[in-house]
Formats: sequence, C-alpha cells, structure tokens
Amino acid sequence: MAILDAKIPEGSLAEKWTQYKNSVKLVNPANKKKLDIIVVGTGAAGSSAASALGELGYNVKVFCYQDSPRRAHAIASQGGINATKNYQNDGDSVYRLFYDMIKGGDFRAREANVYRAAEVSSQVIDHYTALGVPFARDYGGSLTNRSFGGVQVSRTFYAKGQTGQQCMLGSYSSLNRQISEGTVTMFSRREMLDLVLVDGKARGIITRNLITGELERHSAHAVVLASGGYGTIYYLSTLAIQSNGTAAWKAHLKGALFANPSFAQIHPTSIPQLNEYQSKLTLMSESLRNDGRIWVPKEKNDKRHPNDIPEEDRDYYLERRYPAYGNLVPRDVGSRAAKERCDAGYGVGPTGLAVYMDFRDAIKKQGDKTIEANYGNLFQLYDTITGINPYKEPMQIYPSAHYTMGGLWVDYNLMTNIPGLYAIGEANFADHGANRLGAASLMQCSGDGYFILPFTISDYMADQIKTPRIPVNLKEFDEAEENVRKRLEKLISINGTQTPTFFHKKLGKIMWDYCGMVRNEEGLKKAAELVKELKHEFWTDLKVPDNLNELNQEIEKAGRVSDFFDLAGLLITDALNRKESCGAHFREESQTPDGEAQRNDDEYLYVAAWEFKGEKIPHQLHKEKLKFEEVEVQVRSYK
Amino acid sequence: MKVRLKIWRQENAKAKGAFVTYDFEEVSPEMSFLEMLDALNQKLIKKSDSPIAFDSDCREGICGSCGLYINGRPNGPEKGISTCQLSMRAFKDGDTIYVEPWRAKPFPVIKDLIVDRSAFDKILHAGGFISVNTGSAPDGNSILVPKEYSDLAFDSSVCIGCGACVAACKNASAMLFVAAKVSHLALLPQGRPEARERVKNMVMEMDRLGFGNCTNTGACEAECPKEINLTNIARLNREYFTAKVL
Ligand SMILES: Cc1cc2nc3c(=O)[nH]c(=O)nc-3n(C[C@H](O)[C@H](O)[C@H](O)COP(=O)(O)OP(=O)(O)OC[C@H]3O[C@@H](n4cnc5c(N)ncnc54)[C@H](O)[C@@H]3O)c2cc1C
Ligand code: SF4
Ligand code: FES
Repeated sequence: MAILDAKIPEGSLAEKWTQYKNSVKLVNPANKKKLDIIVVGTGAAGSSAASALGELGYNVKVFCYQDSPRRAHAIASQGGINATKNYQNDGDSVYRLFYDMIKGGDFRAREANVYRAAEVSSQVIDHYTALGVPFARDYGGSLTNRSFGGVQVSRTFYAKGQTGQQCMLGSYSSLNRQISEGTVTMFSRREMLDLVLVDGKARGIITRNLITGELERHSAHAVVLASGGYGTIYYLSTLAIQSNGTAAWKAHLKGALFANPSFAQIHPTSIPQLNEYQSKLTLMSESLRNDGRIWVPKEKNDKRHPNDIPEEDRDYYLERRYPAYGNLVPRDVGSRAAKERCDAGYGVGPTGLAVYMDFRDAIKKQGDKTIEANYGNLFQLYDTITGINPYKEPMQIYPSAHYTMGGLWVDYNLMTNIPGLYAIGEANFADHGANRLGAASLMQCSGDGYFILPFTISDYMADQIKTPRIPVNLKEFDEAEENVRKRLEKLISINGTQTPTFFHKKLGKIMWDYCGMVRNEEGLKKAAELVKELKHEFWTDLKVPDNLNELNQEIEKAGRVSDFFDLAGLLITDALNRKESCGAHFREESQTPDGEAQRNDDEYLYVAAWEFKGEKIPHQLHKEKLKFEEVEVQVRSYK
Repeated sequence: MKVRLKIWRQENAKAKGAFVTYDFEEVSPEMSFLEMLDALNQKLIKKSDSPIAFDSDCREGICGSCGLYINGRPNGPEKGISTCQLSMRAFKDGDTIYVEPWRAKPFPVIKDLIVDRSAFDKILHAGGFISVNTGSAPDGNSILVPKEYSDLAFDSSVCIGCGACVAACKNASAMLFVAAKVSHLALLPQGRPEARERVKNMVMEMDRLGFGNCTNTGACEAECPKEINLTNIARLNREYFTAKVL
C-alpha cells in the first residue's frame, strides 16, 4: 500500500496551496522550450491546461477525437460554473464552497484537493471574463449569480443555459492563441489507444489517425489525460455520444490506479427516454430547479392533465421530504426521490417513469419574460424534443446517467501513481467524492487546467531538463503500437453478426438496472455474471465492417465498447466492495428507516483505488484513508 | 413509416462520389434524423454493407459536429435547428429524402457525409481570441459591461461553428461565422484593444482559405441553426473598414 501517497503538503488547509506554490520547483524559460508535454483532451480541462502550459513556453501537443477541439463534450454543459466571489454578499467564502463540496460529496473526497479547487475558483471566473466569456450581468453591468443544488448561497456564474459552451469557447480561444503562436500543436481526429511507459515513466502515446486509420507515435516528457468521464457506460446518458473511458482505461492497464469507479452520478432532471431508438438523453439543467417545482399526483394513476390537477392533489415530494433545501437538494438525493415515487406507482407520462417540473408559480410571480431570459434556450430545447411547451404545462423529467466522480487516482499534484502521468478534469477522481455538486465540474476542470496543473507539473518537469527529447523508435513504442494493432485486428476479424452498438446498448441496460441509482448485493452479483456473458458474446459475435486503414466509425465504437466491458467489471467490483451507502452510491442494504443513505465511516472512510494485475486476475484494492482535519464528518442531511 | 433515401456515398477524399438509394421501411416518426441513419447503419452492417459515415457527438445542437444537406437545405426543412435536432416527424410516409454533405470548396469531403471544416479553426487561429495570459486577469467585476452589450455579445457568441452558413451560401462565404466571432469580441470592452488587428487578420485568413465573397443574399442567416443574424455582418464590415482606415 506504500504506493498510495497523496503527497498532501503540510500546514493548515488554508495555507497548503500557497506554501506549495512557494516551494515548488521551477523550470527556467529556456529549458521549458525543450520539454514536451502531451495533453489528451480538449474539453474545459484539456484546453485550459494546454493553453496555460503553452503560455509558459512548454512544447505542447494536444489530441482530441472530434474534428475540432471546440467540440469536446464540455461544450454541452449548461447551467453554470461556481466561484467564491461572494459578489452577492450572501456569506459565501472559500471555506463555504469547500464545505459544500465535501458535504455534497458525502465525505468521500480529499480535503486538501477540494479546498484548493475552491481557492482557485475566483481566478477562473476572472480569467474567463477577461477571455470574453459573456457571463450574465445585471443592469449595473456587474456579473450576476444564481444558486444551484445542494447549497444555500448564490455563487453560480452562468451564460443562459449555455455556460459550458461559453467557457469551452473561452478555453478554446486561449488554445487557438497558443496554436497560432506555435507553442501548441493540435492533433484532431486522433484517438489515443495506448500509453507508452519508458523506465516506468509516462513518455508517450499511440494514437490512431481517425481519417487514415494509421497508428502514430507521439513522445513527451509528461502525459496529461483530460479525457473526460465514462458516463456513457450506461449507453443512454446526458453525455455526448462519443464520450468514453478508453484513454483512462488504457492508462489503468499500464498501471495507473482507478479510484472509486462505481461513483457515477445520475442526474435528476433529464428528458425521459421516449423510445427504444434513442441515442442519448437530453439534460434539463439543474438551474431550472431554482424556479421549477417538482411534483407527482397524490393519487396513483391520476390520468388528469397536469394543469387540471389542483394544488391539494399534488405531492411536492422534495419540499415535503427536505424542507430546508426543497427542490434544490443535491442530485443523488433528488434522483432517488424521483425513482422512489415512480417505483411506488406515482410516476407520470406514457411510461410512468417521469415526474413533473412545473414553472407555473414562477411564471405567475416573475412573468414569462424573466423566465425566458433565464431559461429560454432550455425551454426551447425541451419543446423541440417533446413537442410540449413548458411555459404552458409542466415538463416531464426523469433521472439519467450524467457524470462520473470516479476516475484515475491522482495525488495532490494531480499526478497518477505512474510518474509523469497526470489526470485532470472529469478524468480524475479527486474533487467530488461520492457525488458532485452542480456547476462544480467546469470549475474544477478549468481550475485544474489553468491554475493548478501548470504549477504542479513544474515540480516534475524540473527533474526532466536533463532528459533529451524522447525518440519514438524505442522498443517500448514498438511494443505498444504492436499491441494496439493486434487488438484492432482481433476486433475486426471476429466477423460475427452483431454491431458494437448492439452490445453497448445491452451493456448499458445491465449497468442501469443493477448498478445505477440503487444497488444491492444480489443485483450486483447478477450484473457481474451478465457482463461476463455479454463480454464473451462480444468477443465471439461482434461484427465490424470495412477496413482498419480508413475512416471507420464502427472500429472506433468497437474499441470503446470493448474497454467498457472491462471497466464495467471493475465498476461492479467496486460497488460490491463498498457495503455502505454514500452519495450516488446507494446500497439498499444500507439505509436509514426513512430511506436515506447510511454511511459506514468506520469501515469505508477511504478512497478505493484499484490496481490492474493482469487479465483474469482480480484487481487489487488499495485504500487511501481519508483524513478530515478541518471538517467534522457528519450525517449529510438536507432536511 | 417508410422513406426512400438518396444518400451521397464517397469512399474517400479522392474518390468520385454518387447518390445511392436506400428504401428504408423501419422508420418511426419519433426517431431523430440521425437516429434514423443510425438504424439504417445497423441494418447495413448486418448485411455486410458499408455503413454511412457522418459526424455527430452532442446530439443536442450545441457541439456543431453534425450538419447535413437535406433535400437541398442545410439541416433540412426546419428553421433554427441543427441536423441532430431534426425529427422524422418533419417527413411523411413515402417521402424521398436527399442527403448530402456540406458542399463548399473550403470544406472538402473526407468520406460520405463527413467534411473537413478545419478551415474554421484556422480562421480563429488568426485572431479569434483575446490575448490575456493565465493569471493576469483583473477581478471579474473591475470592468463593468452594460448588460445590453453583454447580451448582444452573447447572442453572437452562440455560434456552434457548424458551417451551415457556408453550405447555404452560393459563394461559400464564411462571413456569418467570422462576423459572429468578431462581433462577440468587439462588443466587449475586453476585446477592444485588439479589435482592429483581429478583424483584419481574420478576414485575410478567410480570404486566403478560399471562402467566397459576401453578396448579401442572406441565405446564411436563414439557415443558421443558432439564428445568428445579419447585423453581425454589418458590424463586421464596420469594424473592418474602421480598421482599414485607421
Ligand atoms: C448535459 C451536461 C450538462 C452539464 N452541465 C454542467 C454545468 O452546468 N456545470 C458544470 O460544472 N458541469 C456540467 N456538466 C459536466 C461537465 O460538462 C463535464 O464534467 C466536463 O465537460 C468535463 O470536461 P473535461 O474537460 O474533463 O472532459 P470533456 O469535455 O469530456 O473532454 C474530453 C476530451 O478528451 C478527448 N478524448 C477522450 N478520449 C480520448 C482519446 N482516447 N484520444 C484522444 N482524445 C480523447 C475528447 O476528444 C475531448 O476533447 C455537464 C455535463 C453534461 C453531460
Ligand atoms: S454562423 Fe450559424 S451556420 Fe454559421 S457556423 Fe455559426 S452557427 Fe453554424
Ligand atoms: S451532434 Fe452536436 S450539434 Fe448536432
């Protein structure tokens, strides 16, 4: 267990980061030019990291599988980005944001990392504003805020329902500036398919050129993974459909520990699945819960039109169960409460798997115009997809897979246990514990990329200045490329009868049914069996058309799905191991009499970091004990 | 319902493409247009045919990946949406639907319905940014921005870089795209210091990449999924001429 040193600096929580920055090793500008850094991913995390590193003078190579870095999944984030500006004078502070995240994450995140994320949040907003991100303003011209789930202050900066788009375009613009200055080289339509280690250090990657199918080698002194989350393991999710876990998984196979893989967030408010062809679920931003009231009819099977159901026949179940936070409870709590009502037979809509989110009262109070100004594009999105006008009748919503708190294990430096391999943004596990608060991801991704990694990587790079540029003809590159080639050839030569999508859908259903919002021992064991069987079927009956040496979207999918099978296995193992309920991980065996999550701090106050030991050999569990020095570990209550 | 699809197939950038007809019967009006293509692809793969290549990712109209020319119009018959937001409800049983990639010289076809839009990225490399280094930004509220301007900047900033404007234009002009970015940054005080250089460089790069001239036909505005309006082009022209004169 010696390998799990989180390297948290000494000192009080509020001073750690400052002291760290004061003592970190630096690299002089002339040397930076000779040092190469690979960044995989161009989302809010990757773009900001690449541009900040480029500004510093490192020689940066960036990769994404989309045709343009601007299209990374972060572009789809909607509701907002948190910062501790306290512009609203409502009592906010770094400590409060830190505390909200620690509590929101159900005391399963590392104090020092979370505190630092809160600490840099204000700089993120300043930087984005300077980059031209048009955050919402009030009539005096100042930036304005709204509140988000799980908190009692207004600290969320937003740009209508397109905050992620605007932040993403901000970081993309800083990336473009570095590309034009020649510090950053962009490789789009490339997929990283392996990590290359030389003498145990991360020294490069193998990519597939998605247009020509060619395998390419790229070397560097350090590799940063900013490859996003793996929520698409559920097939249907609110993520972009190409999002996947491959980059992180490949690093895992090379020795990087995977932490808390079963911590997957199910978001309470997305448009319910309408039919079997559906390829994704559309999120209705959490910000809507500021004004939307969530309810179901008090009677089962009430078939009346929602507008005809009078007040006394409505059950505003969140307001009823959680009077202190009401509709703004955290996501895990909101999702489970919706599932509970629907499972009990009170659900609405054609499938009974939906609840109402109603804006009637808000419109009455604030008028159509204000509501439109705040949520116009979301209302329109809802209308386009469902044909229902939310100004006139309540939205129907249901939980859906959304975000993965789990990810590559990193220390305080954001470095994995592989020297020189970093993980930032959604790809790491560090800041959100067992449940992420709304608007805290963009904040973390951008903070990691702009304000944290550039410091922490310097500590490592300072020791690399004597290492000349890494050649790509080393045997380690030969081997890695050969392995990638073999796996692709294997996938395409199965020549069975079913498509990658067929298997992905089936896998997603198993994960949703047994490893989604609620889990239990029996179900998880069953899921493990089902995944094993399906994986076998995949490797014997998969059909991938066409060839490897051309643009072939099916081989891309096949590769990602093949990794999902292995990741699913680990996710289930992790969920089985954690015999407690915490945050998004709800084990039915572990609940209070009134159905709330019951943690077991005596046994599970740790980060579960899993080590890959080889095919067919069980993963080894390493525990990073969580020490809470600043906050008292409490029962998380929103009542 | 069933539809007859006439889809542009082209093996690679160098190959000669052609329309191929597919009679597809398993269409449900609830499918999105891309889900319909997904379903057709599943069928093609099972028959050992090549599936149709097309780009998409977010499937909710925000990433700008998708974008097809459908029955002679970018993103099909409905206004204000991208292709992934188009529903099969927009078609009738028995319809014939032509599906093509964006057609514009600066966007060469890579395969089937996929085109190379990297020219858009290049235009932005030429100046689509504000030059501020990480760490040197002042407090977010130190520069007040009248809400009116900030809102206008937002309206311009929502461009998703899809290229429908270029595909819609008979001259393959990128004016709406460039105008949206120039406007977004020019409307904000943060963007003013570099405004002149920015507009000159971006326009120069746009011309260099072979995009055509704007002759004010307005087809771009009509087909833009984000309804970016022509006043942006007027603003671009104004910015450009002042930049040239000064
Ligand atoms: C619908 C929706 C709304 C959201 N709204 C909010 C919100 O309002 N506020 C908030 O804070 N968060 C929100 N989130 C969460 C947030 O969007 C994500 O957590 C965040 O975008 C993650 O950013 P990232 O930079 O880590 O990765 P991503 O944005 O997912 O980017 C991943 C990048 O990695 C690249 N990549 C991945 N694998 C490979 C590979 N093998 N080879 C090459 N490149 C690769 C991709 O091309 C891409 O560039 C939302 C999420 C969803 C789904
Ligand atoms: S201006 Fe409109 S059509 Fe043109 S790229 Fe932007 S969003 Fe697409
Ligand atoms: S797939 Fe993202 S805009 Fe259509």
